[in-house]
Amino acid sequence: MPEVARNQARAVLEGPDIHRALTRIAHEILERTKGAENVVLLGIPTRGATLAYRLAERIAQFEGVKVPVGAIDITMYRDDLRLRPARPLGRTDLPPDGVDGRTVVLVDDVLYSGRTVRAALDALNDVGRPRAVQLATLVDRGHRELPIRADYVGKNLPTSKSEKVKVYLEETDGRDAVLLIKGDAR
Amino acid sequence: MKQHLISAADLTREDALLILDTAEELARVSERSIKKLPTLRGRTVVNLFFEDSTRTRISFEAAAKRLSADVINFSAKGSSVSKGESLKDTALTLEAMGADAVVIRHGASGAPHRLAGWVRGSVVNAGDGTHEHPTQALLDAFSMRRRLGRLEGLKVAIVGDVLHSRVARSNVALLHTLGAEVTLVAPPTLLPVAVDSWPCQVAYDLDAVLPKSDVVMMLRVQLERMNAAYFPSAREYSRRYGLDRDRFARLHDDAIVMHPGPMNRGMEISAEVADSARSTIVEQVGNGVTVRMAVLYLLLGGSEPAIGGTE
Repeated sequence: MPEVARNQARAVLEGPDIHRALTRIAHEILERTKGAENVVLLGIPTRGATLAYRLAERIAQFEGVKVPVGAIDITMYRDDLRLRPARPLGRTDLPPDGVDGRTVVLVDDVLYSGRTVRAALDALNDVGRPRAVQLATLVDRGHRELPIRADYVGKNLPTSKSEKVKVYLEETDGRDAVLLIKGDAR
Repeated sequence: MKQHLISAADLTREDALLILDTAEELARVSERSIKKLPTLRGRTVVNLFFEDSTRTRISFEAAAKRLSADVINFSAKGSSVSKGESLKDTALTLEAMGADAVVIRHGASGAPHRLAGWVRGSVVNAGDGTHEHPTQALLDAFSMRRRLGRLEGLKVAIVGDVLHSRVARSNVALLHTLGAEVTLVAPPTLLPVAVDSWPCQVAYDLDAVLPKSDVVMMLRVQLERMNAAYFPSAREYSRRYGLDRDRFARLHDDAIVMHPGPMNRGMEISAEVADSARSTIVEQVGNGVTVRMAVLYLLLGGSEPAIGGTE
């Protein structure tokens, strides 16, 4: 990663930390939803979806419940589409029984402005009517621009707006890590 | 800046694959109960149709509406065109109305290209004369990939009135870009003069080509564009170049049959073949909406278009 090496990058979470954070979130979901009854985990592509599958694995391990898991792409619902060239779409993969009447736990890697989550709520609205929606995130880096908060947080990470948070996951990037990259003095 | 979709030949392999992959994701939207996406809210798409069309116009209209764009339909009949207004004046009128995209079908080859020089929005060619019909080629490639799982190395026979077919021209260009091998099959009178320079094979004997083909695309015999005797009689054409039950039986088991529509049943394709399970003709219509959604999204969805050629 030459790009990262050039800037000052600091690993704030390593593999084992991510592992422990996800384990705790899985336990919290079980606790808050009384054994993950009627829960559907929906990840926001790409890394949120990976995290959703990992959480489902852990929940199955701890209590033997098979929680339906899927992905919901939010590209077409973004409010900043017109600020950048049209981007490729991610995959939407809903569990066969859908989301109607269930508790949906949205999963994303980093919670920042809250705009992604707002888009996800809109997208969710078009695929069904969940009984409730909760939010799980690996990293909450603050600087919210909308009235949105996470129900399950892996790590609260105070950042400045000029910094970047980059999440690497084994499945997509070959290793597990969360890096905090100092911003250039732009 | 990339802005228009005038010709399938303008699309790079990356552009074409981006459109097909985007369409693949959008196909899932067509399966759910709420088929609308908010993406193009507030954008205006004008359908400018100087030639008759059912499926292409409706398909573009459905695609734009599913993306929440406002659609203005314009057909030459009953408009100022019948009072003698020129294409340029029509274009300037649309420009003044703030069209973000103009989808144009015109009888004259090159009309979309001219239009692109007059308007600020994106121009999408929905068929110009005997030149090109890029979205048809895209939806054909999409249908093939969905049915057969790949395009690379696929053997595609395009059969019939190649001379008058913008569909054939666009398909040859796009399929070549995507790595398929195209063979045109037609009587010599229905092949364009410059066909040697196209990136494809040419054959005159349909029966010899059929067993080697993965896809057989039948073209409509365009009687309305025929001002000379290109073949002795419809009956003879049908006997030598029509896809009937006997010829259909010569295809290998996984091969598919396509037709861009509208069909002349009994002429280039028999009703039995058109309605068989291996015909993608109805599927092609559904895929047309998804592929056109992908094109409109990639041209209009962002701050600047992600595909297409510069003019």
